Amino acid sequence: MYKILSREDLAPNIHQFEIEAPSIARKAQPGQFIIIMVDEKGERIPLTIADWNRENGSIFLVFNVVGQTTNKLAAVQVGESIMSLSGPMGLPAEIDKFGTVVTVTSGYSVVTIVPVVQALKEMGNRVISIMRAPTMDSVFGQEHLGAMSDELIVTIGDNSCNGEPNFVTEPLEKLLKAEQIDRVITVGPVCVMKLVASVTRPHEVKTIASLNPIMVDGTGMCGCCRVSVGGKTMFACVDGPEFDAHEVDWPSLMARRCTYASNERGWSQYRCLDCAQW
Amino acid sequence: MPATSVAGHNTDALIVLSGDCGGIVVMPKLNLNRVEMPRQDPIARGKNFNEVALGYTPEMAAEEAERCIQCPKRPCVEGCPVSVNIPEFIKALREGDMPEAVRMLKSKNSLPGICGRVCPQESQCEEVCTLAKRDAPIAIGRLERYVADWEQENKQAVESPTSDQPEPTGKKVAIIGSGPAGLTAAADLVKLGHSVTIFEALHVAGGVLMYGIPEFRLPKAIVQGEVQYVTTLGAELVLDAVIGKIDTVDELLANGYDAVFLGTGAGLPMFMNLPGENLCGIYSANEFLTRTNLMKAYLYPEYDTPLGMGNRVAVIGGGNVAMDSARCALRLGAKAVYIIYRRSEVEMPARREEVENAMEEGIIFKFLTNPTGFLGDGRGWVSAMECIEMELGEPDDSGRRRPIPKPGSEFVIKVDTVVVALGTTPNPLIASTTEGLETTRWGTVVADEETGKTVKDRVWAGGDIVTGAATVISAMGAGRKAAADIDKFLRSN
Repeated sequence: MYKILSREDLAPNIHQFEIEAPSIARKAQPGQFIIIMVDEKGERIPLTIADWNRENGSIFLVFNVVGQTTNKLAAVQVGESIMSLSGPMGLPAEIDKFGTVVTVTSGYSVVTIVPVVQALKEMGNRVISIMRAPTMDSVFGQEHLGAMSDELIVTIGDNSCNGEPNFVTEPLEKLLKAEQIDRVITVGPVCVMKLVASVTRPHEVKTIASLNPIMVDGTGMCGCCRVSVGGKTMFACVDGPEFDAHEVDWPSLMARRCTYASNERGWSQYRCLDCAQW
Repeated sequence: MPATSVAGHNTDALIVLSGDCGGIVVMPKLNLNRVEMPRQDPIARGKNFNEVALGYTPEMAAEEAERCIQCPKRPCVEGCPVSVNIPEFIKALREGDMPEAVRMLKSKNSLPGICGRVCPQESQCEEVCTLAKRDAPIAIGRLERYVADWEQENKQAVESPTSDQPEPTGKKVAIIGSGPAGLTAAADLVKLGHSVTIFEALHVAGGVLMYGIPEFRLPKAIVQGEVQYVTTLGAELVLDAVIGKIDTVDELLANGYDAVFLGTGAGLPMFMNLPGENLCGIYSANEFLTRTNLMKAYLYPEYDTPLGMGNRVAVIGGGNVAMDSARCALRLGAKAVYIIYRRSEVEMPARREEVENAMEEGIIFKFLTNPTGFLGDGRGWVSAMECIEMELGEPDDSGRRRPIPKPGSEFVIKVDTVVVALGTTPNPLIASTTEGLETTRWGTVVADEETGKTVKDRVWAGGDIVTGAATVISAMGAGRKAAADIDKFLRSN
């Protein structure tokens, strides 16, 4: 059992938990994730490790309430426990001295990108962060991300990727035209990452997307998270979650991610733009 | 040698068998009527996940046990990978001494409730049974199951395993993986007085016994009963522990463990790399079975894990995992379930019993058929499978006739769910995070066949991680051999 040490409601339906998990906290690296199972009847779902405290033996998770499991999770209070937590899964984010790096995030990944930005800064990169929130009232995480980045661009607009995600791509396009960008890293809804990839492709800027397909075990056992990258089938849980965004088969990923969407109440507002599934 | 009965139903005649030393042994009243085990009706069972085979009643068990001639050669023990004292437990059973039958069984097999259900007895103990010569081997597996189930229901009647505590050796062993190999090694080592910790990556122990083999063939309560037996013996179980991610094997060895046993199985699914294979509705058998068995998708929405199952399901492959997947699909409500296998019926690697069960339940077998691609419905879901007919050519390396595509025989089957059950390979996580392990090109870890010793100091391995996907009992046998060698090593150091 893994105890909830603290929780913070960052925005409507977006929560941050600090959870006691010493063995995971000890090994966590930027970009890795855990598999969580709330109770005995629960699903196993992946969540990015947003931060960790090795001394306290705790990890931080941020999630958006969209379906059965995240609803259950949101109902767990401080002092209560969840049944299963395993990780750190996946390969750590690739961190090197790249030069100028732009990160593009939307929704709760504004929080999960922070350890990556921090590690990039420690390696001597210049980091420009672009983040998006649906409304002025729902901006969160900007102070932390801003403090870590050399520059922070906040864009406001729309309530989901259902509408027009160009709020993040416009400032990105401007940056790409204005100066030498060595790498773009994007984390967020699938259609946002897909659009980021389409914007950077003509500029031939290496673009990394941290993918979030459906998973079960998270150790390479089931193949549920398989994604086609450069024509090769990869398992996001063990070969990723980071992949070259220009090589990812986005339509396939979108469809697979929504395999069970019709089972979930309220999922419709999270439909991806141009997803064939719908 | 004149045979007095060839029909196999002669219970009263004086039967004469050939003696092995040139003499003639006269056996009175040889009973050749193998007692059948009751099973759920095929139509009814296709709609539920309850166990198919219902087990013997005490009367059936007594009658079957009575048939054993207690022959002095004991070929059955030789035929068992863990050398169970088969004649002894059967003798105790028919004398009505159930606690003694349990003790006899458990002295060599820590997981009898599992073995009694899923061992391929027909190619092991029962194949070599003296009565197999008369086509009526003792139903050893059914008797084993009967004794194990009796113990589960009458735990207090058997002396507690902790009453006979071994002398602690002060040595610590880490077991990676809680499947059949790991559980067996753990039980043996803890009985020998070593301190044992089992690390399991999933949220529940049992490995393939939990995520792979379906409830209707191996009830999960039985598996957990056996796991509990191993922890009652004194082994510590750590769940959610992905070795290679939290601690590596080298860190375990550096941090107090004297030896490590790798029993992480063969968990990586193989795909065919055919066009359209990543469409929604196409599953590896691992995912399909894990969702169904481990996560209990068959009880959705009481349990949260869904399984997007359609009406027309194709399962690709001819092994036990393919049979399990097809039979799960049927129980989940599919209208038509196909087994697509590229060779013919005789080459199928699945146990005969499982093939017969599947056929009885209405699974449709398409032999000499190979998939060549998958077609989508325009929304990202699979809607059809392209296939080609095959014919058998010359035998290949495996001794089976090689399937060759028949030109011009292409056809399309409409399906909305596909399960790829073409085998698994070991998960590379351990090998890739451990210094100095030797692996083969199939990803299996190289270990000595007799001792399980790997080329790395203080590390042993056994089960599917060494052999590739095989049987529960062979994994248990490997766990046992490794435990013996680990014990020898720990005592000499």
